[in-house]
Amino acid sequence: MYDKNKIVAGLVIFVAIVTLPFWYNLGKATSAPEPKLSEKAKAAKECVVPKVDMKSEHMQILDLWRDTVVRDANRAYNTGKGKTFNMSLSTGEDSCMGCHENKAEFCDKCHNYASVDPYCWDCHIAPKEKKPEENK
Amino acid sequence: MGNSRRSFLKVAGITALGIGTKPVLDVFAASGGHGAEPKPEVSQNEEALTAKRWGMVIDTRKFHSAEDLDPIIEACHKIHNVPELTEPRHKIMWLWGDEYKHVFTHREHELINDRIKHLPFLVLCNHCEKPACVRACPTKATFKRDDGIVLMDFHRCIGCRFCMAACPYGSRSFNFRDPRPFIKEENKEFPTRMKGVVEKCNFCAERLAVGKMPACVEASNGAITFGDLDDSESEVREVLRTNYTIRRKPDLGAGPSVYYIV
Repeated sequence: MYDKNKIVAGLVIFVAIVTLPFWYNLGKATSAPEPKLSEKAKAAKECVVPKVDMKSEHMQILDLWRDTVVRDANRAYNTGKGKTFNMSLSTGEDSCMGCHENKAEFCDKCHNYASVDPYCWDCHIAPKEKKPEENK
Repeated sequence: MGNSRRSFLKVAGITALGIGTKPVLDVFAASGGHGAEPKPEVSQNEEALTAKRWGMVIDTRKFHSAEDLDPIIEACHKIHNVPELTEPRHKIMWLWGDEYKHVFTHREHELINDRIKHLPFLVLCNHCEKPACVRACPTKATFKRDDGIVLMDFHRCIGCRFCMAACPYGSRSFNFRDPRPFIKEENKEFPTRMKGVVEKCNFCAERLAVGKMPACVEASNGAITFGDLDDSESEVREVLRTNYTIRRKPDLGAGPSVYYIV
């Protein structure tokens, strides 16, 4: 083989550059985040639909709810199991954020990890985050 | 030998049939009434105020100067997180005061009496029966509800401002900049808007939904009457029956739902 040294050296450099992102992030991998439930949400046990469905479909539910509220003026959601929720993201006690009080610990944890940036909070006002000492 | 092949095929056939029918039977069993999940339902709040066609009567005889309007305007703007911008072209207004010559353009003349000439009139979205803004909106962000309220879905507004051009009353404002820094005191019960969307009066749809009268009606000390225009027994109809009222630019055919006693 002609120019064996050059080719091997070039290959080594090439492989090093291509795999650089892997080397760079080596050991930095974190486990998937677990959203932290507020005490209120823990006590309630179940959301508007079972947890698995909530995990995979909350965005569709929110989208459907906003159309139902804004266009049809239907604001009460009855689960059929004797519970009624206020179909609102951020207003009132039995709205989404009324129960999931901490946006940073609940919404942002997964959204940041998955790098999704929903524009809810451009307009809706997020609940004030309690400082850690207040939680104690 | 032949006999045994025949019996093998028979057994194999019946087995295949049995395996094939099980999933089908399972589906039938599952779709039966047993153990079916209760279905969720959506509805209006029980305490919600409803009407066939909401309307408003403003008794301008009870207002004498701009100061009389201020608390009403403030009540509205505070509740709806309307920003206070000083630059006139950027101003956001849901409810504001204006002179007779601007409000009732088709009725104005130079010899009009002094009281009317200098009286500020409360103006807001007229929640028209045939709203031009709704026809102009390319995304259906603005629409007319069954109860006559012309509403905006801020989620859907793309900020094209066709509605502003279409509205003959100038009832709509555009957020040329992020309104958040200009809101003195945020009301957590109502969202703000973002840069690039149009906004206007919503007849307090969010308050009607929880059984409350619009904020301006509550703050007006009886100068504003609000109710169902389709219900001949309602308070607004009574006020309309007993007083001479005018509307803004009725000749345009938009059918405004805000009436003025002058």
